[in-house]
Amino acid sequence: MKKIAFTTSGNNLEAEMDPRFGRAASFLLYDMSQQSFTILENQQARNAAQGAGIQAAETIVRAGVDTLVTGHCGPKAFKVLEAAGVAVFNSTAATVADALEALQAGSLTAAAASDVEGHW
Amino acid sequence: MSKNHIRELVVLSGKGGTGKTSVTASFAVLAGKAVLADCDVDAADLHLLLKPETEQRHAFLSGNEAIIRQQDCISCGRCLELCRFDAVRAVGSVYRIDPVACEGCGVCVRFCPAKAIDFPERMCGEWMVSGTRCGPMVHAQLGVAAENSGKLVTTVREQAWAVAVDKRLQLIISDGPPGIGCPVIASLSGVSLALVITEPTVSGLHDLQRVLALARHFSVPTAVCVNKWDINPHQTERIEAAARSAGAEVTGRIRYDRMVTQAQLQQKAVVELDSTAGADIRTLWKQTLALL
Amino acid sequence: MAATSRNRSFRIAVASGKGGTGKTTVSINLAAMFGEPVQLADCDVEEPNVNLFLRCEQLVTEQVSMLVPEVDPGRCTGCGACGELCQFRGIVSLGSRALVFPELCHGCGGCAQVCPNAAITERPHQIGTVSVGQAGSIRLVEGRLDVGVSLVPPVIRAVREQLRDDMPAILDAPPGTSCPVVATLRECDYLLLVTDPTPFGLHDLKLAVALARELSLPCGVVVNRAGEDLVGLYQYCQTENLPVLLSLPDDRQIAEVSSRGNVIAHALPEYGLMFAELAAKLKQELKTAGGRP
Repeated sequence: MKKIAFTTSGNNLEAEMDPRFGRAASFLLYDMSQQSFTILENQQARNAAQGAGIQAAETIVRAGVDTLVTGHCGPKAFKVLEAAGVAVFNSTAATVADALEALQAGSLTAAAASDVEGHW
Repeated sequence: MSKNHIRELVVLSGKGGTGKTSVTASFAVLAGKAVLADCDVDAADLHLLLKPETEQRHAFLSGNEAIIRQQDCISCGRCLELCRFDAVRAVGSVYRIDPVACEGCGVCVRFCPAKAIDFPERMCGEWMVSGTRCGPMVHAQLGVAAENSGKLVTTVREQAWAVAVDKRLQLIISDGPPGIGCPVIASLSGVSLALVITEPTVSGLHDLQRVLALARHFSVPTAVCVNKWDINPHQTERIEAAARSAGAEVTGRIRYDRMVTQAQLQQKAVVELDSTAGADIRTLWKQTLALL
Repeated sequence: MAATSRNRSFRIAVASGKGGTGKTTVSINLAAMFGEPVQLADCDVEEPNVNLFLRCEQLVTEQVSMLVPEVDPGRCTGCGACGELCQFRGIVSLGSRALVFPELCHGCGGCAQVCPNAAITERPHQIGTVSVGQAGSIRLVEGRLDVGVSLVPPVIRAVREQLRDDMPAILDAPPGTSCPVVATLRECDYLLLVTDPTPFGLHDLKLAVALARELSLPCGVVVNRAGEDLVGLYQYCQTENLPVLLSLPDDRQIAEVSSRGNVIAHALPEYGLMFAELAAKLKQELKTAGGRP
């Protein structure tokens, strides 16, 4: 667990978590060793008419993320993340800071499969 | 105001023409002040009843389209050979791409040996923020042969949320798209309540079950209302039973009433006229508010 | 006109700018009163409802499939060229073996072309079905999209391919004016637009007429639920040179018969006559190809 992505609608640790993955507003990328963060816009996926989850997965994989914390992750995105070796955790925490704390405390369990059915 | 205090109601129907928009417009009137979001972009009719005055317009771009630059085309025919969508038309040695048939896959662009094909973003329509007698409204208009998409619905909903936060309004009422495809899912995810308007017909029941299954997958609380229920009371009961067993609330029934058409002709919401359907919709609104 | 150049019997598409105007009702009743054997194609493949009324029991069903990529793991190097080309995220490669998402694939074949290691072949993937049946003088061709698939046009194309050339055809189009409707209207000779006299109906009719214009299709109008206030609609039709071929009154009996899944032309004979007249007018229209907007 070196670089963690949180889905968020804001731009700092106190910002609200965005429960969506594919069409999340942006990702807060938290670097564990530096204890610092950067914000990564999810523009490309939000611009996709379809397959936003796959595009979002691609975006965070390319950013070197190894762990994702989000509300819900669909099956296609999960498949891409799994293939790229990204661990996925679900959290209903209100803010990114709360979710980070829960993750560090080990109280989040890794999602073994996507938790929502995909679009059909 | 925090986003957490905003409630969002989406009005859906398994298929088009069940009276969804008439109900949405009536709710808008009864709510007094709410943000209205027209997510039924294929047949965006809410504006006909609410007569919005547009304050902002934005282009809506989605996907790309291939366009051959005639001066650079070497007429080799490679694009025609590769296109699986019959979008390349050749007249003599002149090659053109039919914009309606073009799927936007980019294969011709990639393989054109003369690099003579441009691939600009496709302008599909526009989305607008307007003012109405019932509050602000976010809506969109698509070009001919353009299609509604999850992206467009997401855009409309997000703008509606932004307006709600900005104007401190606590309720968003969306007119949802028909069907069960991607646009419906985009209109449904994360709302406080989905109200499904259906009709007591053979197809109504079938279409309703598909929508309810969808709502269940996204853990959205649902309520069902049968419109024109008295044209087939037996089928109405079957539909209501099916709704209950799918975990939805049954809220109100609306009687068959030709005043609904009259209201449309006068560009009014049904509840703005004295009518039986209007009375039923008022009751429905009270029950819906209780569920929100 | 396609019909004359290919020596094929005529095809009439029935469409409306939006759902719920009675498009399917008009298609079925027109077919029932056509006066000769006719084909009825249900192109509303997301919600095919025609057979709920015709009730053909013996349907011969065929698969409709589309080519989607298949990756040979032994040859794929994870170079990412396929994912870069794909506009629909139907194939993604992130340093590992490429992953395929058939439900997002549009079947363009680009990934197989671009792969430098010949690791991609294409295989058929079912996206829907086409069924053919007979109900009296009506030959039904019904398209049905599989649940979970969003690619409508290929299924409609498959419906069109099942239509015989030696018999006239009525095509019940999906609602709206988007790609599936365009796919239905291809190779049709006439467009029958169903509308109601409300501002909604008129607004959506205008969109449908714009589409007809773009496709250079002659068209005529059926007014459903015609109430008292028809002035606006009739004025529009006159200005646009659109013949109004039938006006159905706003009659509660029609709604009741339809809600039970019955055919109006059979249950209410006076309406049967109106549809027979519509069929006759349409045949006349096709001869003159009038009403070109």
